[in-house]
Amino acid sequence: MIEVSGLRKSFGKVEVLRGIDLAVGRSETVGVIGPSGSGKSTLLRCINRLEEPSEGRVVVDGVEVTAAGADVDKVRTSMGMVFQSFNLFPHKTALGNVALALRRVLRLSGDAADDRARRMLDRVGLAGREAAYPAQLSGGQQQRVAIARALAMEPKVMLFDEATSALDPELVGEVLAVMRDLAVGGMTMLVVTHEMGFAREVCDRVVFMDAGVVVEQGPPAELFGSPREERTRSFLSKVL
Amino acid sequence: MGELGKEFFNWTVIREMFPGLLTEAVKNTVVLTVFSFAGGIVLGLLLALARISRHRWLRWPVAVYIDLFRGLPLLLVIVFVGFGIPIGLGTQFPYEPLTPGVVALAMVYAAYIAESIRAGIEAVPKGQMEAARSLGMPYRMAMRRVVVPQAFRIVIPPLTNELLALFKDTSLVAVLGTRVGGKEITKYARDFVNHSGNSSPLVAAGIAYLVITLPMLRLVAWLDRRSKAGSR
Repeated sequence: MIEVSGLRKSFGKVEVLRGIDLAVGRSETVGVIGPSGSGKSTLLRCINRLEEPSEGRVVVDGVEVTAAGADVDKVRTSMGMVFQSFNLFPHKTALGNVALALRRVLRLSGDAADDRARRMLDRVGLAGREAAYPAQLSGGQQQRVAIARALAMEPKVMLFDEATSALDPELVGEVLAVMRDLAVGGMTMLVVTHEMGFAREVCDRVVFMDAGVVVEQGPPAELFGSPREERTRSFLSKVL
Repeated sequence: MGELGKEFFNWTVIREMFPGLLTEAVKNTVVLTVFSFAGGIVLGLLLALARISRHRWLRWPVAVYIDLFRGLPLLLVIVFVGFGIPIGLGTQFPYEPLTPGVVALAMVYAAYIAESIRAGIEAVPKGQMEAARSLGMPYRMAMRRVVVPQAFRIVIPPLTNELLALFKDTSLVAVLGTRVGGKEITKYARDFVNHSGNSSPLVAAGIAYLVITLPMLRLVAWLDRRSKAGSR
């Protein structure tokens, strides 16, 4: 579903991604872990071209995202992205946040957009909070609205960029629960996370990145249980 | 007090200014303000968007325009538009002096307003644009539906300030002379001073300005406090 090959990205003289090859199969949930500054977020942002890759190819569901003439806006509608800082639109209600792109990008009628938005909010456990503005919602609720907003576009893949890192500890669970439901429901997901429990229990495969390269990857039991690389062992010993 | 009172607070002279002070002078000042501000906002928004464009050929000339009109005295621009252009082109503006006044004020204030709006747009967190783009919105749509509405909230206090300054600066249009019915407050009062040989009309003009500017000053202070207090 997602194929990344030879992906490189430099900011000025600093090379943040140094040749990434990674494939995510249909309905697979892949976790990406690694120390900060290892390039995890940049990798996600290159996949939907919020950052322009310096080199390499990204193919999503058979469409080459990095092709010269690729319609970036169209390609992005097939990829949902959830940010660490939620990035809800503060001037719109929860319903308005979800419905905006349905109306303007997918060109649904107002009623159809509201209807779908309501179903999406219900799906993330926020039925009844449609009229609330982001400032009136807790962090966990805001992030669930953000997930509903991305899901409403009916993307083929979902990209999670440290979706729980900005949350108070007691709010992490409700967001992870929604993500777990999605994974179980067969969504293709690439999840950059610091939640080792989630990576271990929910992900089909875990990728360990360090210094802009994929150091090693494998099923969570293997990667967490018997890591082959010294760098992986040293990272895991610090976070587990 | 007697002599001074007669010179500056001569009620007989002031009474003669009515009803024209309201039906002509205040009306024309308000007309100048409203049209100039509307024009300044529209042009200022376009300039602000061009100023942050990714295309250098758009950014660069707009930066020159903004610096030019922020750097020139408003009075010179008004004289240039009001006298220079009609002489140079051999044509006349309709509704002189209001039309050239509006054109000059809008051109200059658009430069100030553009800088305020640009600051407002840059104050909207980058994640807002990214979230909108990641949903498949093209740049312009994301600007229009997500970034600009939030920028306008941020920009309301400075824009109110500019409206206040603009209102007062309409008095500079007085230099363009008048046709019948075309005087704003300052010109209207000056003509009364000339006819009557008494300075009271200037005091009346000052009061007319203050009746509008004092409440606006309170409004600006309130908006400032509110925007500092909460972000939504």
